[in-house]
Order: sequence, then C-alpha cells, then structure tokens
Amino acid sequence: MTLVIRGGTVVDQNGEQEADVKISEDGSILEIDKNLKGDQELDASGCVVTAGFVDLHSHLREPGQEDAETIQTGSRGGALGGYTALVAMPNTTPTMDCLAVIDQVRGLGQESICEVIPTAAMTVDRKGEQMAPMGELVDAGVGIFTDDGNGLQDPRLMRRIMEYSTGLTHRLGRPIILAQHCEIEALSCGGYMHEGAWSSRLGIPGQPAEAEELMVSRDIALVRLTGAHMHFQHLSTAGSVEMVRKAKEEGLPVTAEATTHHFSLTDAACASYDPVFKVHPPLRTDEDVKAVKAGLADGTIDAIATDHAPHTDHSKEKSFSEAPPGMLGLQTAFSITLEESGLDIHQIFSLMSWRPAVIAGIADRHGMTVSPGSRANLCVIDLNETWTVSGKSMASLSSNTPYEGRHLRGCVRHTIQTGEAVVIDGEAQR
Amino acid sequence: MNQSPSKSLLSIEGMTKHELEEILELTDTFDEIGRRPIPKVPALRGRTVATLFFEDSTRTRLSFETAARRLSADTMSFSAGSSSLSKGESIRDTVEVIEAYGADLLVVRHPAAGTAQRIDNWTNASVINAGDGCHEHPTQALLDAYTLRKHKGSLEGLRIAIVGDILHSRVARSDVLAFSMLGAEVVLVAPPTLLPPSIEGWPVEISYNLDEILPTIDVCYLLRVQNERINEGLIPSVREYVTDYGLNVKRASALPKDALICHPGPTNRGIEIEAAVAADPRSVILDQVANGVSIRMAILFLLLGSGRNLMEDADVGADQ
Repeated sequence: MTLVIRGGTVVDQNGEQEADVKISEDGSILEIDKNLKGDQELDASGCVVTAGFVDLHSHLREPGQEDAETIQTGSRGGALGGYTALVAMPNTTPTMDCLAVIDQVRGLGQESICEVIPTAAMTVDRKGEQMAPMGELVDAGVGIFTDDGNGLQDPRLMRRIMEYSTGLTHRLGRPIILAQHCEIEALSCGGYMHEGAWSSRLGIPGQPAEAEELMVSRDIALVRLTGAHMHFQHLSTAGSVEMVRKAKEEGLPVTAEATTHHFSLTDAACASYDPVFKVHPPLRTDEDVKAVKAGLADGTIDAIATDHAPHTDHSKEKSFSEAPPGMLGLQTAFSITLEESGLDIHQIFSLMSWRPAVIAGIADRHGMTVSPGSRANLCVIDLNETWTVSGKSMASLSSNTPYEGRHLRGCVRHTIQTGEAVVIDGEAQR
Repeated sequence: MNQSPSKSLLSIEGMTKHELEEILELTDTFDEIGRRPIPKVPALRGRTVATLFFEDSTRTRLSFETAARRLSADTMSFSAGSSSLSKGESIRDTVEVIEAYGADLLVVRHPAAGTAQRIDNWTNASVINAGDGCHEHPTQALLDAYTLRKHKGSLEGLRIAIVGDILHSRVARSDVLAFSMLGAEVVLVAPPTLLPPSIEGWPVEISYNLDEILPTIDVCYLLRVQNERINEGLIPSVREYVTDYGLNVKRASALPKDALICHPGPTNRGIEIEAAVAADPRSVILDQVANGVSIRMAILFLLLGSGRNLMEDADVGADQ
C-alpha cells in the first residue's frame, strides 16, 4: 500500500517546493512530484511537509513511574507534536544503566508510534560513583550516556568516563556522546528557582546561574584534556551559552541543546508559586532568555529539546519547594518555538530535526532530506492554524504544562513514522 | 500579590497603604475590647476558624486562637506532627477535609514559601498567611506597625533598623514592605551572608555596621539568629555574631533615649539580644505580643465580619 501526502509545501535542507510525496510500503520515500496518486492519501494543503522532529531530551518515565507517563503515551504526545524520534532519558526506576532495562525500553518503544532511542546512565544507578558498563552498552547500540536529572559531580570520575568513552568510538562507529546536566550541587542545593531578584522577593531559596556555569566550564576544560564529545543539556544561562560559543570557536567537540521553556519563560513566572513552573535548571532572567535565543540563532546551540518531564497532578499539588521539578514539552515545543524563538522555519527544522538527528546518531533515518530513498519519517504542519493549550487534553498521562490556556500558532496535522500515518488530522491513530 | 484581598490576607505585598491603615485603625477598637472585664464580643459567633500549622509555633497560634475566641468564633486546629500528613496525605487533601468540617477561615503556617497562596487557590474559605517559609508573615508586620504607631503616633519619618538573619526571615520581608509603605525609612543590618542575594529595588538601606547605625535610629528591630546558620557556613560562630551584631547593654546605651527595641520572638537571650536589654524600658517586646491578639481580631473581623455590633457584649454562657 502506498501513501501520498498531497498538496503541501515540502521543506528540507535543500529548500522549499510545492509537491506531493509518495511513500512506499516499506516506509521510504519513492517520489516527489505533482499530482501523485497512492492507495492512501493525506491532505497537506496549506501545510509544510518536513522531516519529523527529534527530541534529544524526553523523560518517558517507564519503567517505574507509569502513573505519570508511559513509553506509549509519551510517544503518542511526541507524534502529536510532530516528533518521530525521542531520546529517552535514563532516570527511570530501575535506572537505564544495564542491558536488561535498555532492552525493556527499546522493546516498549518498538510498540509505540515514535522511535524511542534509549540513552544509558554514565554511572551505576546515576549515583555518580562507579562507571556504568559502557562497553557492553555501546555494543548494544547505546550512543548517548547521561546521568540527567543530576550532573556528575566528581570531576575525577568525569574525566575517567570521558577518557574511557574515546576508546569505544570504533565499537559504535562514531564518537560516544556524553550528555551533561550541568549543575554543581554544592552550590545549587536547597535552591528551588533561579537565584535573583525574584527569588529574593518571593522568599523561595534560589540556585545561582554559577551552579550551571561552573560545570559547563569544568567540562569544557575536560573535553580539551580528553578529546571526548560532550553534549551540554538544557543550557539556561547567558554565561553557559557564551562558554559553549567560545569552545566551538576553539574547535572542541561540544554540542548543546536548549529547551523551549528556557527561551519562552522567565523566573517571574514563579510569582504564582505554582510548581508547574518549577524545573531544573530553573527558569532564568530576561537576559538569559535573550542569550539562549541568540545562541539558537547563531548556531552555538545545536538543538531545541523539550526536557519533557511529566509529573502527576498529585505530585505537583504541593508547595513550590516540595514539588518535583519538570514540565511537559512534547506537544507544545514546535508552536512555542514558532511563536517565541524569532527563528525562521528552516532554522527551526534544523534545530528540531536535522541537527539533533545527527547528534542522536540516527541521521540515517530521521532528519533526512525529503527526497526519494529517504526513510519516510515526516510531519505535516499547518503553520497558520491556532490552538489552545490544555494539559488535560494532551496525550500525556500528566498535565503539567506551563503554557495552559495559551493560544498558539502551528498545528501538527499528520505525522508519518516509517511510512505509517500515525497521526492523521491531529489524531493519534494508535 | 493578594489575588482577592477581601477574601484572604496572604502578603503585605499587594496591599495598599489605605488597607494597612484601615486595619490599624480598626485594631484600636479591638484593643479596647481586650481590656474589658469580659473581653469577648459575639461578632463571629457561628463562624469557624481553623489553624493549620505545618510548622511549630507557640505565640502565633495562641494569638490567633485567642483572637478567634474573643470574637466568639469556633476554632479547630491542625498540626502537621499529629496528622495524617505523616501517613502521606497531601496538603490539598488536608485542606479539603478541614473545609468539609465547615471552616470559614484557615490560618496557615508552612515551612515553604507560597503555600498559603496555593491553599487560597484551592479553597473557598478565607486564608490568612501566618508565615510561609522565608516569604512573608503579614500579621506580624501589622502588629509591629501597630505597636510602633501606638508608641510613636505614626511611622511617618521613623528610621527603623532591622538587624539579624534577614535572609531567612519572613518577618523582615513583611516588615520592610509595611514600614516603608507607612512612611518609615528602613535599614537592614546584617552580614552579607544573612541578606537576600538580590535586593535591588527594595526600599531599604544596607549596613554592615550596627554601631554606626544605632545612634541614628528610632527603632531597633532584632531578629532571631539560629544555630543552624553556622552549620550552613553563613557565619563563623555565634560568638562572632554576638560581637558584631548582638544588642548588648553597651550598644543599647548608644540608642537614642526614646528609641524602641522590638523582637518578633522567641528571643535568643544572649545572642541577638542580651537579657538585660530585653528588660530595658525601651523594649516593647511584650507589647508586640499583646497587640498581636488585637490585630488578629481586627483581621478576622474584616475577613469574616458578620455585621454584628462590635460594642455589644457577648452572651458568654451560650458559647461555653
């Protein structure tokens, strides 16, 4: 059975053209042309047709917190948000630090409507004490290691992991990516929001920007020492962006991501004391938001990630300091980026699909040009249609969106996963 | 930041000078009631005031409960230690249960900033913030302002030093806002580690030198300094704090003759205040406690007022 996406504007690395896209039964693109016919047809009139998005940073909560999210529901939210691949963070229970758990996540991912790329913890149980069995995990295809949720505090162990990872490159066939959640806990501990004028006024203990920046600085120095590839997760401060910019100018093997909330919200949002705005790293100042946007625009930051972090209503119905950090992102990321980033759609697709696909090591099937022979992982988006954010009506089992009630532009109409229309007219098909 | 000031009292921030003055003026009436042989009026008969204390307190809780009883309200009380919170019940569940028992007003103290405001969003009952973490303690600021006004006539033009652990003090945040709104000049005196990290825009002067400030002020407001601040690395030792910032007899002699000494209690005698200074005639610490009841009567009445004539004596028998 062939599938034709009819009447849209194809946007990819090579530019734009009005054309239909014909997809074969085996999930690859057959033909790009006008007036194509297929067994199944999807209307894309008024829409752009582009490569599906790749999220470098999703918390799918399975195994362990299936009341907040499962791989199935997270993938559904992802597909509804235009994603075809989600890089799953390893802070599950049990931790994704061994083959058994990685295999479980991968198996559940195969039954879901996004491709799920498991990462593994750098250290056993993310405790920051002992290196995870990286060789074994690399042989099983894991390409990204992270203790996300926490930064790796011990600089000596970090150095060892970086050195060790460089010896595994030939086994993976590309450099191992070490992804760091940058936060020096000795400096951030006891802080629940960004430290600054707002935290002082609200009486909520803060964590200073320097808690993030000191680890960015340390790891850049260790990259210089070891030659390992470091990916900086959720950069949130002006100082961090500037350090990564300098490191790239120096030619160091570093990449970085920023989340949608770090360029669309500030610490002023915490004035409601609603823990839906509690996140790590915390929402920062206007100046930081500007710096993150500038980093996205000039290529310092390689990818827009979601840090999609579902939490049940029950766990968020606490005081600001007691509630867990994290917010939903998969279904709002594209619209928020379109509204808030100041970037054009080519830049947006590059940051949300083409470049993260390379970092995740999946550029052979995601973030590809929309051309014959490419894997048909696509999304079809109406850039002008508007919608209203409602946590309760999202696919996630949780509803902790910080954009509740916002009217946003940009609706994902269809999502195609390896040739299968998994979202049609904004409805997940399974 | 008060979303509906007429329903609840959550913070001094967001209140107007007029609202503060209205409460202070009304408090005179309740102060008079407190001095009657039977200090009780039927103003809030049939209304229920619940105190929800998720953190220990002696005087604030007693003060609210005394105020509620003098207005003939029924009271119920909840303490975190003896509750099903320890069985995993959430704050929201607790609030819903207490509301189901018929509470019209919740007096809330919680160790986390913003909790009273969160609870206010979840309930139709009125909420009074009786201290939320390091954020605010608005009724303390009102009773402080009332005490100063009673002794000095007005706060207009007064120079007030607040000395001690400003960083962790909800009293300081509320006092700074209330005192400055009522026309006073505020000086915060503390080592930099006990000041909030960013106070740009606060209507205050900062000093690290208590001795220099003492002769210039009308009010010396001392805050409690807790031992755990040493473990947190904020000050080297209690001894060094006492040496630099403790109000001892010698320092008190540098204060003007008509200056006032205040403390929200409980005091650490020998740390922020020497025992002999607490007993100095200029100390109004016990007045603060007494005025706490009157100010809380006024606030309860404003939030729950039933329209009964205040001057009418209570039918005491009916309530007992």
